[in-house]
Amino acid sequence: MQDIQALVNELVYKLRKRKMEGSDTSAQLTVELLRSVISQQKMSENQAASLIEAVREIGVKLIAANPVELAVGNIVRRVLHIIREEELSLMAKAVQGMGVDDEHNNGVKDNDHVAKILTRSPSLHSLLDSAKTSSNSKGKADKIANLKLKNNVLEAVNYLIEDIKICHEQIAEQALELIHQNEVVLTFGRSRTVKNFLLAATKKNRSFQVFVAEGAPKYQGHVLAKELAAKEIQTTLIADSAVFAMISRVNMVIVGVHAVMANGGVIGPVGLNMVALAAKRHAVPFVVVAGSHKLCPLYPNNPEVLLNEMRSPSELLDFGEFSDCMDHGIGNGAPLLHVANPAFDYVPPELVSLFITDMGGHNPSFIHQLISEHYSADDFNLQQHTAS
Amino acid sequence: MDGRRVSRAVPRVRQVGFFTPNAPPQQPGPTRSQSGPPNSNSPPLSDSPASNSLSPVMIPPPRHLSDNLGARTAAVPVPGRANAGEHATVGSYNPTESVLGLESPPASRIGDGEFSEGTESSLGWYRRSNSAKFASSFPGGGFDLSPVRQPETVAAKQAKNQPPGEANKSGTPGAAASSKPVKQPSQRKDGPPVASSVAASERTVADRSAEKERKKDAPPPRMQFDDESRVGKAKRRSVLNQSEARNRVELFRHLPPHKNGTQLPHLESKFFELHEMHPAVYKVGLQYLMGDLSGGNARCIAMLQAFQEAIRDYCTPPEKTLIRDLTSKISSFVSFLIECRPLSISMGNAIRFLKNRIAKLPLVLSESEAKAALCSDIDRFINEKIVVADKVIVGHAATKIRDGDVLLTYGSSCVVEMILLYAHELGKQFHVVVVDSRPMLEGQKLLRRLVEKGLTCTYTHINAISYIMHEVTRVFLGASSILSNGTVYSRVGTASVAMVAHAFSVPVLICCEAYKFHERVQLDSICFNELGDPDAIGKVPGRADINYLDNLTEKQKENLEFLNLKYDATPSDYISVIVTDYGMIPPTSVPVIVREYRKEYLLI
Repeated sequence: MQDIQALVNELVYKLRKRKMEGSDTSAQLTVELLRSVISQQKMSENQAASLIEAVREIGVKLIAANPVELAVGNIVRRVLHIIREEELSLMAKAVQGMGVDDEHNNGVKDNDHVAKILTRSPSLHSLLDSAKTSSNSKGKADKIANLKLKNNVLEAVNYLIEDIKICHEQIAEQALELIHQNEVVLTFGRSRTVKNFLLAATKKNRSFQVFVAEGAPKYQGHVLAKELAAKEIQTTLIADSAVFAMISRVNMVIVGVHAVMANGGVIGPVGLNMVALAAKRHAVPFVVVAGSHKLCPLYPNNPEVLLNEMRSPSELLDFGEFSDCMDHGIGNGAPLLHVANPAFDYVPPELVSLFITDMGGHNPSFIHQLISEHYSADDFNLQQHTAS
Repeated sequence: MDGRRVSRAVPRVRQVGFFTPNAPPQQPGPTRSQSGPPNSNSPPLSDSPASNSLSPVMIPPPRHLSDNLGARTAAVPVPGRANAGEHATVGSYNPTESVLGLESPPASRIGDGEFSEGTESSLGWYRRSNSAKFASSFPGGGFDLSPVRQPETVAAKQAKNQPPGEANKSGTPGAAASSKPVKQPSQRKDGPPVASSVAASERTVADRSAEKERKKDAPPPRMQFDDESRVGKAKRRSVLNQSEARNRVELFRHLPPHKNGTQLPHLESKFFELHEMHPAVYKVGLQYLMGDLSGGNARCIAMLQAFQEAIRDYCTPPEKTLIRDLTSKISSFVSFLIECRPLSISMGNAIRFLKNRIAKLPLVLSESEAKAALCSDIDRFINEKIVVADKVIVGHAATKIRDGDVLLTYGSSCVVEMILLYAHELGKQFHVVVVDSRPMLEGQKLLRRLVEKGLTCTYTHINAISYIMHEVTRVFLGASSILSNGTVYSRVGTASVAMVAHAFSVPVLICCEAYKFHERVQLDSICFNELGDPDAIGKVPGRADINYLDNLTEKQKENLEFLNLKYDATPSDYISVIVTDYGMIPPTSVPVIVREYRKEYLLI
């Protein structure tokens, strides 16, 4: 377990020191770490439960290192969900297998019933039932089941890794349906997903124009503008303050975000809410492209404060130039000059027209459905110790 | 005096429209009593530099022997004029200053002494330079501006459109003889000023034509830069090198490209060639070009004071009438200023006012009396329309500030700054949020001045307004102009701030003097705007890690454009109230003020 600990500590360190930029990298590193954790997990009685516990423990540490990096929590919960799902499907097969072996009429009925209960989506009734049935079915075929579970889980986790890697391509495949000839697109800051999306749209010789808002204070828009221009897309770089002025001549706003919350709201780079409001005012569709690893099962509560990070004032004001202002103080010594430099912005779901994920295009109201497919309700609050 | 009247009795067909600079001069006017230096001793200048002083957009006025005048005025500015302290604060401007060596404290030579002192000190507000780099010793001034190529082109085009008709009308002798000077210059402006002729019952002919003027008066379209032939002609006539900016954004082809400071050495060398340019006007033009002077009020005051100088130094050339000649001189000054930087609406209104005053000069005045009258009119305009108006606005707006307020402001507006400082002096406890944006970063100067005076301030950039707006109780914004449909034309980014404030139900108060209102209407920020320096977008000063756009390949340069807009139009539904010197009005009342009260200032 030593190297696992070391790996975990390393990742925690990177997260805490904010050495990782972007949800993609965080997601990938997290999932790879969890894969190692799972593969090195010792066999035990209740394999699923021990796996879940191990992953949960590590997940809590990772999330605590950087609570604002929601992709980490998403991946942890995805893996937990995978484990639970695999456990459930194995149990269902095992139960059905048992029924075939016994060849009792009663048994068949019972076992069918049990299988149904196991595979039903969680409800109060089914939870109480399954507590009883699980104790029945656990007796048999322990070791084989455990091994199978681990393998299945690892396989599923590998699929997850693959998904994260190719999410850009899957999203970009939908570009041709959205962007037509002579379209004028506005984007904000820089997102790799958006870049791939726009580049995919240039196939079939569709020429369109892109306005890139620079996205202070990181100015990533400059990088995106350069990349797009290199691929011969007509690009214009504008300052963030000019977004309202230009948006009346724009057909579509396409942005990438940091995270998508369960209500359909998004956490994005600071300034995104301003762009979304302007788009709403001018009835311009506001399209969010996001990989499914960015879907977060949490509902945002006071996101401007709780899901936000403040960056250094030196990005806005030069310390040297303003050093004399820092000296001023009122009677009680409190400084007169404060600087606010938030990193993220929350956009409510009413302002978003469309989500494009690697699973297709959706309305903001559909996001909760997607979340129920990928996450289990037990995992939403990782802090508690779950019974199973 | 008599000479002038004599000249009027002979109906003069005034040449308007394009004609070659070598056109024969007008029929000789009478000689006026000269109080200045002797006339017609300096050699007539060659025509080409003179013609070059005209702006590309302006149809040149008839060329009189006013060239001689130019030579005289150039010789006049002189030793004995102390360099006023304020002008030394102009940032990068010292080399030219030593060359020009002028700038007398402007209002000091006018008769009304204490009046001028008052204006001097209060004018200190507006007369702040705007050197971008060092914020500490040079507090920047400023309002927002809007560029308008105003009455000159408008009027010139109108004049061009109705050449013979109007000329004939103006030839009506008799009672209308004295109205002729009114007629001629009024053709060169938009209609409403002519309405003032209602006062004189004898000027009925002028009335009727004025009515017609007003009806045609939807402000005529300005020079559109996508018109190839006119741009070509304009290029040939301009002073500054009209370098074809590469990669101009298609959508903004109708706007003039930005003229940046690299023109400066070229202009400096041209100074000695531009004989009819008054040095004060030249200096102001260069300040605009360099961006040292920015802000609607500051620019307007500087321009008016430069005109005061020019008027003081003006001598009517022989065989010319003061009114017409001075008007054409002012027009040529204005076209030079337009070349340096497009006019703001405040400047346009001020020019209209000045021309109207010139036109209304009673004929009985001698030249020196006329000049003194004009100078005092200019002082009164500055005092009443700007200085006192600001005091009234500050008084009104300060009543809207309560203890515990969090006030947000954007960029750097001098009226808003005055309001905040005044409220602070009154002892109100409030917190200020200064929002700033690239590339101009004007908020930093405001921030510095407020912190020095002891206000607690928070500084953010425009992207963070959604974050900070939760805590804000009021938003105070300045404006370059307010248009007749209630749209606020102001620094780019104002619209975004107002929109977010509206979304969070925070009241937005616009503080703007009434002289900046205009009868134009505008729906979006594209049809009319000013383009700034595109390189300012690509480079982020002070952040070495950010310069991603330094090495661009050819392919990238071909496809990548930079757009630096200076203004935007804020829709009226985001505005709660407009605080003006006429009181606190809703945005819907702006056309009322434009229409009803616009006559008032012309009747001064």
